[in-house]
Amino acid sequence: MNTGDTVFVLISAALVMLMTPGLALFYGGMVRSKNVLGTIMQSFVVLGIITLEWVLWGYSMSFGIDHGGIIGGLGWFGLKGVGMLPSPDYGSTIPHLAFMIFQCMFAIITVALITGAFAERMKFSAFLIFSLLWATFVYNPLCHWVWGVGGWIGGLGALDFAGGTVVHISSGISALAAVVIIGKRHGYGNTPYIPHNLPMTITGAALLWFGWFGFNAGSALACNGLAANAFVVTHISSAVASLSWIFTEWIHRGKPTTLGAASGAVAGLVAITPASGFVGPLSAVIIGALAGIICYGGILIKSRLGYDDSLDVVGIHGLGGTWGALATGLFACTAINPNGADGLFFGNPGQLWIQFVSVIATMIFAFVMTFVILKLVDLLIGLRVTNEEEMKGLDISLHDEAGYTY
Amino acid sequence: MKKVEAIIKPFKLDDVKDGLSALGIKGLTVTEVKGFGRQRGHREVYRGAEYQVDFVSKIKIEVIMDDEMVPEAVKSIRDKARTGEIGDGKVFILPVEEAIRIRTGETGKEAI
Repeated sequence: MNTGDTVFVLISAALVMLMTPGLALFYGGMVRSKNVLGTIMQSFVVLGIITLEWVLWGYSMSFGIDHGGIIGGLGWFGLKGVGMLPSPDYGSTIPHLAFMIFQCMFAIITVALITGAFAERMKFSAFLIFSLLWATFVYNPLCHWVWGVGGWIGGLGALDFAGGTVVHISSGISALAAVVIIGKRHGYGNTPYIPHNLPMTITGAALLWFGWFGFNAGSALACNGLAANAFVVTHISSAVASLSWIFTEWIHRGKPTTLGAASGAVAGLVAITPASGFVGPLSAVIIGALAGIICYGGILIKSRLGYDDSLDVVGIHGLGGTWGALATGLFACTAINPNGADGLFFGNPGQLWIQFVSVIATMIFAFVMTFVILKLVDLLIGLRVTNEEEMKGLDISLHDEAGYTY
Repeated sequence: MKKVEAIIKPFKLDDVKDGLSALGIKGLTVTEVKGFGRQRGHREVYRGAEYQVDFVSKIKIEVIMDDEMVPEAVKSIRDKARTGEIGDGKVFILPVEEAIRIRTGETGKEAI
């Protein structure tokens, strides 16, 4: 056991925890004022419900004893046997409990990320049931496939340092399934859905950026050079993506926007996530630069395709995550991480194929499962608020309170 | 007594207020308002999506004054609020029946 590593992972877990309220502000500022609390609540309540799920069966399903490469067993139900001593498989220098709580924060934010897609129209009760089912039947298996000992995607040699597939592609593609099923907001095409408080969104983006250092550097699970590398490339990618987004929109629309700077920063963070433990600084510049451009393109395509992904979860997390996972197959370098692999640009084209397989498998699984889960919840209790409730806003309709009383 | 109501561009408020003060106007009421005229709305862009915002932010000034002061006041407002661009605003003049100062009970001219 190493005290430095333990301190680092515990602090990283706290940083990742802060990302979820940060995301609540990021999303909350982008909706209309009548839905600000309903939107914040969808992220905040996930801290409650997924923590419970994770401690009871989520951690065991994700990291417990492997069954056929598909799922962990229920042997660690209620954290049985997960204690203060290190696990031999996950972070051998830190308490097993530290690894568990670090991973808990990942499960929480992944569920919260999806909420941006169906913002401003989903029933709270339906959302709670969806969250629980999604975490159990989508997140836990995916997490096991990629990070669990014996998981089949990890077994292929796919590289995902901090969650490009598990967190971002899974939430982004699930978001796509969700908007297909839930449908558009009332008045789509006629009503302008103008963000009500962009300073709130910028504050949220700042907290995400800050917390992301825990997300990526913490994924080294040790306070070492690899953690420093992840920290540095994370920062570089976010910085460059923020710039590339605003320059793209400057050329395309005539003005650089603050929402663009914030969105670009998040796109850069998403893209570098799977690569952060395998690529160097100049690769991070390229990954970030393209992330800003690709994700900006992604949100433009949305209106062409006519689906109502309210806060662009598909465009930023789905597309950014896909770019990041593939970029890992291009830029990964064993000089950075000898336990990783070389990518295409370092003489190993096979890695790109492995990354591609992991992306496609994640997409298909996440889409199909989310589709089924939402259909089920829709049949059971219905997914959407009534038209009248939607017009009044979620804050009053669902929570009997208002974000602003002046 | 008349009420002069002017809808102006927000950034012209200070100029207009200074102009009216110079004429000896002792008080005015200001409201932030939204509306449209010939200028119509404007364009806002969020994440590449363009929205037409139909209502433009303006400032409404209300001043009560003696009848003989009205032409001067209107001229001052026009001078100060004018940019020559579309959307400079409008001035309306309305009759006022009575004015009462709450503290003293003074009425008419004395109350404004």
